[in-house]
Amino acid sequence: METLGIWIAAFLTLCIYSFLYRDNPFYRFAEHLFVGVAVGYGIVVQIHQGFIPFAWRPVETIISGEASPMDFIKLIPIAIGMLFFARLSPRHTWLIRYPLAILIGIGAGAAIPNVLQADIFAQVRGTLTPFSQLGTLGAGEIIGAALMVIGVICTLTYFFFSVEHRGAVGGLSKIGIAFLMIGFGSAFGNTVMGRVALLIQRVDFLIEDWLGTIF
Amino acid sequence: MLEKIMNMDRRIVFILAGLAVVIPTLLPVSLPITVSEPTQKLYDYIDALEPGSTLMMAFDYGPSSLAEPEPMAEAVLKHCFDKKVKVVGVTLLIDAVTLADQLMQKVAEEKGAVYGEDYVLLGYRPGGFQVILGMGSEIASIFDNDYAGKPLSEIPMMENITNYEQISLLLDLASGSTVELWITYANAKYDLTIAAGVTGVIVSQMYPYLQTGQLVGLLPGFLGAAQYEKLINSSGKGTAGINTESFVHLLIVGLVIIGNIAYFMTRQRGES
Repeated sequence: METLGIWIAAFLTLCIYSFLYRDNPFYRFAEHLFVGVAVGYGIVVQIHQGFIPFAWRPVETIISGEASPMDFIKLIPIAIGMLFFARLSPRHTWLIRYPLAILIGIGAGAAIPNVLQADIFAQVRGTLTPFSQLGTLGAGEIIGAALMVIGVICTLTYFFFSVEHRGAVGGLSKIGIAFLMIGFGSAFGNTVMGRVALLIQRVDFLIEDWLGTIF
Repeated sequence: MLEKIMNMDRRIVFILAGLAVVIPTLLPVSLPITVSEPTQKLYDYIDALEPGSTLMMAFDYGPSSLAEPEPMAEAVLKHCFDKKVKVVGVTLLIDAVTLADQLMQKVAEEKGAVYGEDYVLLGYRPGGFQVILGMGSEIASIFDNDYAGKPLSEIPMMENITNYEQISLLLDLASGSTVELWITYANAKYDLTIAAGVTGVIVSQMYPYLQTGQLVGLLPGFLGAAQYEKLINSSGKGTAGINTESFVHLLIVGLVIIGNIAYFMTRQRGES
């Protein structure tokens, strides 16, 4: 059974890589199969791990008469969630605004303070902290800290469009572009590394596992 | 000649890249691996944990991206089981849970770790940030049972683990934006210590968090896996992968240089 699985995986891997030569029916077959299997698997897992424990089981408990008074509270979010299905009826579509409003409200309320803390306050502190420890830093670390502040200021200047980018602002903005280019170069290099890793894993599978079943 | 290089069929590049992967895979070459500071920090942090401490491992990668995070997960699991650090596995991604289950079972078997005592796999729950926030209050409110369906109250290891206060470190092995979610909702709100092991594609996004201390360690792609394997003296797929990867990188750097030389020479000729 395991060997059959390896052969199917190897066949589909080769089907997908055949696209490197040109688009062909084998590639399209594997692509469609992947999309179908992924969607089917996703639906089943969502039902088992989401719908059954959080929606179905509480209702079942209430119907069976084993529920405590607190269990009845769970019916409120379940009922609100059911309003998403109002979209299926043109006359009742407006009801979907309520669950959407709650979702957006909770999402924004949870995100705003935490995102500010994680991505603004902590980052600003991290950028400035080295300057409070200058006496303990080596030359390399001081240069690094200074470069970081220059990079942050110049890059932010590049994205500041309320002032025309001429003179000093234009100069800072151009330095900002240089920092951005270095950032993109680093991201591109890392992306190449990641993509090559995927190829290595598949080639390793074909050589070790698939050819291992033949030789 | 220059025109030929400039108009080279892209399939020749694919063949060269394929050869650069296949040949080192068939004839393994061992290149030296230097451990970088982010990897060393993560290793030191886990190594300093007391036996009986708990590490939460988030398997936030799917089958299409397991090449890099899986060797990292394997190396860290080995280290944890050797150090008698308990591991709680979770995932925010729908397609990761079977991968996590297979890997945890494999490493546990190798290291003699016992399910329910040394490690547990909670599995997947839909919701993303709601799952992270919910576990901060009470893990059992989100995961009333483990991946196999066993109630948490019947798992000995989970007796004293109710929320993040009992978790010494969260390691997110990610191929997407889940690290930011863990930092935003678990670190910023609950002060949970976080480290990450990520695919090469998102490494650059992680360095700001590392610099601020929001991440205590970072495993960058195949390289991170190979470095961690070196630290625990256990060569695996990370070490083999990074050796092969080095050859492909050399090829790509060579092609970029040749392409640029050809481009500028062709342009110069055109101008003259």
